Amino acid sequence: MAEEDVKLLGVLGSPFVCRVQIALKLKGVEYQFVPQDLQNKSEELLKYNPIHKKVPVLVHNEKPINESLIIVEYIDEAWKGKSILPADPYQRALARFWAKFIDDKVFIAAWKSVFTVDKNEREKNVEEVHEAFQILEDELKGKFFGGEEFGFVDIAAVNIAFWVPLIQEVAGLQLLTNEKFPKLYKWSQEFMNQPTIKECLPPRDPIFGFFKSRYENLLASAN
Amino acid sequence: MAQENVKLLGVLGSPFVCRVQIALKLKGVEYEFVAQDLQNKSEELLKYNPIHKKVPVLVHNEKPINESLVIVEYIDEAWKGKSILPTDPYQRALARFWAKFIDDKVFGAAWKSIFTIDENEREKNVKEAQKAFQFLEDELKGKFFGGEKFGFVDIAAVYITFWIPMLQEIAGLELLTNEKFPKLCKWNQEFLSEPTIKESLPPRDPIFAFFKGLYEKIRASAK
Repeated sequence: MAEEDVKLLGVLGSPFVCRVQIALKLKGVEYQFVPQDLQNKSEELLKYNPIHKKVPVLVHNEKPINESLIIVEYIDEAWKGKSILPADPYQRALARFWAKFIDDKVFIAAWKSVFTVDKNEREKNVEEVHEAFQILEDELKGKFFGGEEFGFVDIAAVNIAFWVPLIQEVAGLQLLTNEKFPKLYKWSQEFMNQPTIKECLPPRDPIFGFFKSRYENLLASAN
Repeated sequence: MAQENVKLLGVLGSPFVCRVQIALKLKGVEYEFVAQDLQNKSEELLKYNPIHKKVPVLVHNEKPINESLVIVEYIDEAWKGKSILPTDPYQRALARFWAKFIDDKVFGAAWKSIFTIDENEREKNVKEAQKAFQFLEDELKGKFFGGEKFGFVDIAAVYITFWIPMLQEIAGLELLTNEKFPKLCKWNQEFLSEPTIKESLPPRDPIFAFFKGLYEKIRASAK
């Protein structure tokens, strides 16, 4: 490929950033990871994402793309190689539907299940997460959401595989268990074992440490 | 095209359903509109959208697709004819970004600006809606968001064209004004004048009456 300048503005430990890293690795794209301090946002971040001021931001030959799932679709369309989305329009629509479902129904509820002090709020969010996981459990027909090989939906669901087990352990909660959601649980193990995925996941201990101290701060401030 | 069976489950007056109607009209797709009663959901709706139980649902040869923007992308990919999204991957990413921006930042704030009793809540939402409008105002470079011809973002923004002027009239609010947002208001007029759009919009009077009734009911119940 001709002069390619690819930068990824991100933070270690963000599942949204991780989605993009997986997509870039899958396509064999070389890029520069530019870590950000979200408490003290860089000029570069504000220049490339003035509206939301968030990560990830992919900058391809000086052109910024924002929103993790939009970036993943862009990567799929801009570079040849392994396909991330299916080729068939109906299958693509289903993939986009499920990725959106994960964004809307899993992330916030999972976060609030753990990082909420109010017991009723917490219970309500745990229930929401369980409901969403049951729907995904019923949807999972093969090895991956993408079929025999992982695809767009699996990549979108990386937070379920890596982050949910971490934060549930921090809070002593049972969100994703083998007993409740055997297929989803098995999927999470299979997915995290894929070489491409393993190489894109952040190291467990520092991320666990980060969430644990955040959780403890929250509890302490509530007492 | 061979045996095509296309059904759209929807309600008259929904901007989400309207997006899909515009896309179908643009592609010249013949379809059956199956009006729904959302207070008394049909078996058909529950069968085709068991997870969200919402409209619009496009059913193409018995295969359902949900979520209005996912449906519009599907229509663009499944049928030839006028393109809805651009062909260039970067322009496509931008189109998806702005459509998502409209979904996330305009709808909720605009709705709550109108249908909230609490003064502070209302003011907060008016500010949010206007902040979103300012971003759109700054983004609008040509005649349409899509350039010389309207495209994905314009279709996503149909809510701003037809529904917002109506709702703000009902509530006596000034959300979208020519003084504050001259380019966006001009875009409104241009978009509304397009034959494809004109033919896809619902009739103004019954929709106005419906929202006016809803508005008065909410205000009455607050007393």
